[in-house]
Amino acid sequence: MTDCYIYDAVRTPRGRGRAGGSLNQVTPLRLAAGVLAALRDRNQLDTRLVDDVIFGCVEPVAEQGADIARSAVLLADYDQSVPGVQINRFCASGLEACNMAAGQVMSGQLDLAIGGGVESMSRVPMMSSGGAWAMDPESAFKTYFVPQGISADVIATKWGYSRADVDAYALESQRRAALAWAERRFDRSIAPVLDLNGLTILDRDEYLRPETTLESLGSLKPAFAEQGRQAGFDSVILQRYPELERVEHVHTAGNSSGIVDGAAAVLFGSKEMGERLGLKPRARVRAYASIGSEPSIMLTGPSYATEKALKRAGMGVGDIDLFELNEAFAAVVLRFMDVLNVSHDKMNVNGGAIALGHPLGATGAMILGTVLDELERRNLSTGLATLCVGAGMGTATIIERV
Amino acid sequence: MIDYQLDQDGIATLCWNLPGKSQNVLNAESLAAFYAAIDRALAEPGLRGILLTSAKHDFIAGGDLDMLAQADDAQALFDLTMRLHQGLRKLETCGKPVAAALNGNTLGGGLEVALACHYRVAADSSSTRIGLPEATLGLLPGGGGTQRLPRLIGIQPALPLLLEGKRLKVADAAKLGIVQKVVPAGEEIVAARAWLLGEGQSKPQQPWDSKGFKIPGGAVQSPGGMQTFIAGNALTREKSWGNYPALRYILSCVYEGMQTDLDTGLKIEARYFVAAVRSPEARNMIRSLFFGMQAANKLADRPAGVPEQSYSRIGVLGAGMMGAGIANVAAQAGLDVVLIDTSLEAAERGRQHARDALARSRKTPEQIDAIVSRIHPATDMARLEGCELVIEAVFEDRAIKADVTRRAEAMLSNEAIFASNTSTLPISSLAEASARPEQFIGLHFFSPVEKMPLVEIIVGKQTSAATLARAMDLVKRIGKTPIIVNDSRGFYTSRVFDTYISEGMALLAEGVAPALIEHAGRLAGMPVGPLALTDEVSLELILKVTRQTEQDLGAAFQPKPAYTVIKRLVNDLGRLGRKAGQGFYDYDGEGGKRLWSGLAQEFPLAADQPDVETVKQRLLHVQAVEAAKCLDEGVLRSKRDADIGAILGWGFPACLGGPLSYIDTVGAQRFVAECDALASRYGQRFAVPASLKQMAASGERYHPR
Repeated sequence: MTDCYIYDAVRTPRGRGRAGGSLNQVTPLRLAAGVLAALRDRNQLDTRLVDDVIFGCVEPVAEQGADIARSAVLLADYDQSVPGVQINRFCASGLEACNMAAGQVMSGQLDLAIGGGVESMSRVPMMSSGGAWAMDPESAFKTYFVPQGISADVIATKWGYSRADVDAYALESQRRAALAWAERRFDRSIAPVLDLNGLTILDRDEYLRPETTLESLGSLKPAFAEQGRQAGFDSVILQRYPELERVEHVHTAGNSSGIVDGAAAVLFGSKEMGERLGLKPRARVRAYASIGSEPSIMLTGPSYATEKALKRAGMGVGDIDLFELNEAFAAVVLRFMDVLNVSHDKMNVNGGAIALGHPLGATGAMILGTVLDELERRNLSTGLATLCVGAGMGTATIIERV
Repeated sequence: MIDYQLDQDGIATLCWNLPGKSQNVLNAESLAAFYAAIDRALAEPGLRGILLTSAKHDFIAGGDLDMLAQADDAQALFDLTMRLHQGLRKLETCGKPVAAALNGNTLGGGLEVALACHYRVAADSSSTRIGLPEATLGLLPGGGGTQRLPRLIGIQPALPLLLEGKRLKVADAAKLGIVQKVVPAGEEIVAARAWLLGEGQSKPQQPWDSKGFKIPGGAVQSPGGMQTFIAGNALTREKSWGNYPALRYILSCVYEGMQTDLDTGLKIEARYFVAAVRSPEARNMIRSLFFGMQAANKLADRPAGVPEQSYSRIGVLGAGMMGAGIANVAAQAGLDVVLIDTSLEAAERGRQHARDALARSRKTPEQIDAIVSRIHPATDMARLEGCELVIEAVFEDRAIKADVTRRAEAMLSNEAIFASNTSTLPISSLAEASARPEQFIGLHFFSPVEKMPLVEIIVGKQTSAATLARAMDLVKRIGKTPIIVNDSRGFYTSRVFDTYISEGMALLAEGVAPALIEHAGRLAGMPVGPLALTDEVSLELILKVTRQTEQDLGAAFQPKPAYTVIKRLVNDLGRLGRKAGQGFYDYDGEGGKRLWSGLAQEFPLAADQPDVETVKQRLLHVQAVEAAKCLDEGVLRSKRDADIGAILGWGFPACLGGPLSYIDTVGAQRFVAECDALASRYGQRFAVPASLKQMAASGERYHPR
């Protein structure tokens, strides 16, 4: 098997994902093309050598539809010989795209490939692509479909994470993210979003709320209580988890991931290709895995995906120096740390999506870059990025610095 | 079958008129005649329009359930259904206007035929109902109802009608756009003809057959459609606990069918219809809720040769909740009721209870006054003179009951019946106070009497067949459904009901998570979890009854695990039930409740928790075994009574058809094997009677397939 190396990783800053957010004025196509251009320019890439561009996107309709990866390749002025493909594994799409790119390098079918993702949640809102999963009665009944906020609340209920627990976690995410920005820890990856005149539209994550306190978090209304009660979702998931008396709705806008816009891209290649291009490899992809888990509680997948990837790599949890688990909801991370006995000191050390936001299709590629940057900054060796995924899935990737 | 007439205006009238039946129904014969009549009309050279109506009091009552109950072959049923679709499509695409004059009830297949017309006019009548009630029998509208109704009025308004089987009043059907016009009764044919010859001539086409048709209110794949289905799926599961597959099928018919054209949608519906008809749920519901109830309400088991007893005046002793409720329903049925209590104030309170209950109904003040004026509060037993029947609903105390029996009988004619509403005391022993025990009988009403449709008739050792027959006449007269039970401890309903709540407590004592027990009860289809139900009944009352049983039986008393649980809660912890604000649950006084957190200390969770299917099985099997024993011991006279008594009496899941239908559904052989395993692990309460063992061995069933 060919070894696959990461040569570079870039991302846009994350803009608040609604009207008025800085990136609301930028099309997702331009966001995607922007990170491709940055990757090329930083590495003086001869784009004729790029074998494929694989981009994740969760709502691939409207202006994110029709294979946005190919359009982005062309808009970014890559050579027309470079193809593009858009994939969807919900919230892990960006990481899955990276894994597909890396896997094809490992298999010897690609020498140089870009994985990444894009999501303009402000311009193509969640649920835009519809789908059978929640709507088709046959699927919804079979899978006990509930929206993921309800699933997250059930994780908290089932394993006893109180409102205070999830709020404390959220506060720490804000503190760490603010510190990371203060110390410019994200600088290596950030590719500012510019307009056609070269004027800066956004050069830093804008979702953070460093002024957050436990009191301000505590004053927020549970986000999913009303939905759970009025639309029947609490009943649905209690029929799946009948040992629980009720759903404790602990998640709020403050301890769940933020809705933001953004894009990211990661450059993968073989050793020979790196040498040919004169690029220095930053890390090697050790292993990756995606798994399916119980779809109604939905968000417990990361620990299973992690175990599977670790097994593939012949590693144990203790062999990982830093973890990035997407902070979709606070309870997801708390559960993961408990199940795998991972210290908070190694987990999401620069905060996560609670403070920074979760641009669905891009996040996986973003946190892969984040863990790599931080491994370098701390001079550590191994990192793992993972995400919980809709409909009960999980994806994980293990990298090791070289 | 279909009276055919072509008039000089070119209007062909197809008048449904099934010979020898009071109702028009869709079956193989009537449909064949209908198709032939359509063909005949379409062959008329001067045809200008087609009018559908009925020669009966109602339009069409629906599909023939006899036929559906027997339909087994999927292909044959599918073909039959598609043949109906072809016929109705031919009608609505024939190029001539088609109108339906709805003279009365238009239900199920009847409404589906009407929906295939271009125009529907209904006769105004407060008793007429229009709707698609198939879902209430575990079925779905199989004549295009799931496809035409949403295309006519929109997905969102159509779904509740399809899922809940609502029977609409004419005005409501008109408001929703299901009928286009309402006219005074008798004018519906004239109005339909006027439309056929006027407006109908300009565009005889269904909206869904016109170019560019859009579903009113929005398509499936629209923000509104998305909301409707995502929430509709969840709400339907919330309500049905996943136990009624036809409800999911209805949602699927609409979801899948509205994303294509009508002809394709009809095929989709036909496939789901076949699946629903062949589901055990539909078979069980049709057997018990339709045929079973029909037979019981017609007094199928009434002893023969006894002249029908007419009632005009009855007496009720005791004006508490039960007595007042009985007086209320009897007065509503037009009977005069003498309501006796120890003080006039108490008797008046009973009448006021009836008035209050009626005020919550939809009756007018005049109707309420008329009903209440038939209730005559009194203290003097002499007022019972002329009563054809007296029911006592006094305290469950032998001495008090004996006293009122003697004093009342003294005032009654020789023919009058004395009935006891006891729910716990054996009738034969109460009859010992009677001077004429052959005219003494049990009439066990359920609380609240106004709402609960069942009366358990208890036949004592000496009760005569004539008394039983005449008591059944009363039950029918006041609009209740009777089952016949031979005297035995707990009779039938209380005895089997007790096994459900007792099993809940046994599970608790074993350390099963209380929430799991409660949810398993709901998932099994029961209306309330066993612990919540125990709270409702009152732990204190159950303890009292159990103590009485212990005293009565002496050494033969076999305490259940539940006895220990109840004693602990009532005697040591003072948790008496819902009325006391605390039982297995804590009640906040505003309708909210939570499982009492102290249960975790009293009944520590076992390390190994059973899976939910195991808990469901125990909660259902324990009831079914007890019902089988009741039949085996002769407590019940008919299998039908076992099933409908369970559904009406304590809310046994209708989709299971009752405890005996449930055993049939599981299969006697498998049921017995499972009960044997449960008996060896949890005790003799799961031991099946010999007769059931035999059935399992010989492959018999309680009910024919």
